Amino acid sequence: MTNDQLSEKRLDQLREQAWKDGVVTDRGVDVAGGPIPRKPGYYGEPVVRPPVWTWEIGLYFFIGGIGGMSAVIASAAILFHHLDLIRAAMWLAGIATILSPILLIMDLGRPRLFLNMLRVFKHQSAMSMGAWILTGFGTCTAPGLIAVELHFHHVFGGTMDQLVRIAAGIFVFGSAFFGTLLATYTGVLIGATAIPAWHLHRVLLPIHFGTAGLGSAAAWLELIGHRIPALNAIGYYAAAVESALLIWLTFNKHGAADRAIHEHGSGWLIRIGEILNGPLALILRLFGLVPFAAISFLIGSLVSRFGWIAVGKVSGTDPEAVFASQRL
Amino acid sequence: MIGEGIQSSNQRRHSFVKDHVEVGFFTDPSVCIGCKACEVACKEWNQVPDDGFTWSGNSYDNTGHLGASTWRHVMFLEQDRQKGNQITGPMGLPFEPASPARADPQSEDPFRWVFLSDVCKHCEEAGCLESCPTGAIVRTEVGSVLVQNDVCNGCGYCVVSCPFGVIDRRPEPLPDAGGAFKCTFCYDRQKSGLVPACAKVCPTESIVFGRLDDLRARGAQRVQQLQESGYTDAQLYDPTETSVRGIHAFFLILGEPEAYGLPPKPQIPTIYLKSAWTSAFATAIGSFIATLLAFTFFS
Ligand code: SF4
Ligand code: SF4
Repeated sequence: MTNDQLSEKRLDQLREQAWKDGVVTDRGVDVAGGPIPRKPGYYGEPVVRPPVWTWEIGLYFFIGGIGGMSAVIASAAILFHHLDLIRAAMWLAGIATILSPILLIMDLGRPRLFLNMLRVFKHQSAMSMGAWILTGFGTCTAPGLIAVELHFHHVFGGTMDQLVRIAAGIFVFGSAFFGTLLATYTGVLIGATAIPAWHLHRVLLPIHFGTAGLGSAAAWLELIGHRIPALNAIGYYAAAVESALLIWLTFNKHGAADRAIHEHGSGWLIRIGEILNGPLALILRLFGLVPFAAISFLIGSLVSRFGWIAVGKVSGTDPEAVFASQRL
Repeated sequence: MIGEGIQSSNQRRHSFVKDHVEVGFFTDPSVCIGCKACEVACKEWNQVPDDGFTWSGNSYDNTGHLGASTWRHVMFLEQDRQKGNQITGPMGLPFEPASPARADPQSEDPFRWVFLSDVCKHCEEAGCLESCPTGAIVRTEVGSVLVQNDVCNGCGYCVVSCPFGVIDRRPEPLPDAGGAFKCTFCYDRQKSGLVPACAKVCPTESIVFGRLDDLRARGAQRVQQLQESGYTDAQLYDPTETSVRGIHAFFLILGEPEAYGLPPKPQIPTIYLKSAWTSAFATAIGSFIATLLAFTFFS
């Protein structure tokens, strides 16, 4: 090889490295001009921006889902007079009411300004709606839990106790109303964004998040000792819906546009999560292994929440996904 | 435009803010020389911190993309295409079957270097503005989209709601970290009758600032001019047919928008709300009913 050819070769190597890593850090590197882009897009730079959210958001989706849906279980337990279950479910909702805002605030870039969330009410912003839903949930859950406990311990007697009972009922139903929204709005939150793999599945996401929340609430209550047939039935329902969603996700592919769901580490998180809270939880329940089914469901829905955040990060940095989604 | 000297709308004082006139940027890569004066002027005027000094290896562009601390970004495109009536010959580049231009070693090697100064598009329907839960992002008198730094709490929702990937949250340890930042359209300058810093310094008037209706007419005229002089792939990038309904900082581009990292059909994410909320409400009601049925039949 002549000298010229050698330096050509070195140049090609550098270009390859620039392609792969985005940056060449070798000493004495002096490339005249760069590579002619071979992939669509501008040197592989992202077209939309990936989410800046970290682990707090995935955990918040999980805890908000459990808390919200356990308020629903509490309201059903009121109607069917399962006094112990009302208390356990409301405690679960109460803990979620405390943890959810903490997680949300931790994820803010400027936590001390978190109250600005309640400056405006914007129906066209799922984040704003979420802030108000969480506020409504907390406003009902905290007094609801207190009223339930006051009534249970008969702190007051006579008419006062009756009033407390009525208040408990009203607050628990209010908490259930906001709870169902709390568990499902998160799907809207990430579904109505510019990230292709998210917005292409905006119908599936609320179903998945809501159902995973319901199943997780039932699973958690079963694990702490409420092994009643009604919760088992909810467990079957949730695992069946999740299995159906897994099938839907497998067949509803959009090629490069949503490949983050089917490829990469993010794809594995989604798949593992969906198998754990879909078919596996269903089979374990069929064999009567209720605690194992419950654990499998809980882990599955936790993993899949993180999976969906990871999908957003992968899809948001993939220019070809954006182009493909707009050529659909 | 070129030749207008101090009469150009880039140099005159104006009262657009007071008069509530819609203004915009028209950015034309066919006259851009890639000097990056706009990037520098923007950083200086707005006191934007540096965002790292990396050598990218991508032509002479070490900026990469727009972000929280990059509000103007000059792209350096290297394309194996002809520029206007450019005369080309073999460049002695290595034979590469993947590229049709060089499939034949004796062929001509058309090559062009295109520079385009990218910026926040100040969308007619802005995803960032609609999604902001704190109301930090507002529309100004001149139709631009502005982030109020003291209101933003850094929730990061605008970041995933911008169809152009412009706005971003500024990471630690930079000054003012945690908030979302993007081009302000030099609102402060405009309020006192000045032209945005980038347009003011642009030596070739590749960036033109002015009344939006004026600019749109100029843009159309410029495309025609270029087409006539051999730039057959010149076109305007202004997605008026999509739900974004047009952008106030629009571009002339040579070739396809994809090559510039511009989405071919950008959509404002609020159009996805209806189906997503329908699904959410259906799930909410479904979960309630399923729970009630479970208690009814298995109690
Ligand atoms: S380009 Fe992005 S950041 Fe700029 S106005 Fe449009 S949506 Fe907002
Ligand atoms: S990060 Fe700031 S500007 Fe962006 S949506 Fe949140 S509050 Fe609004």
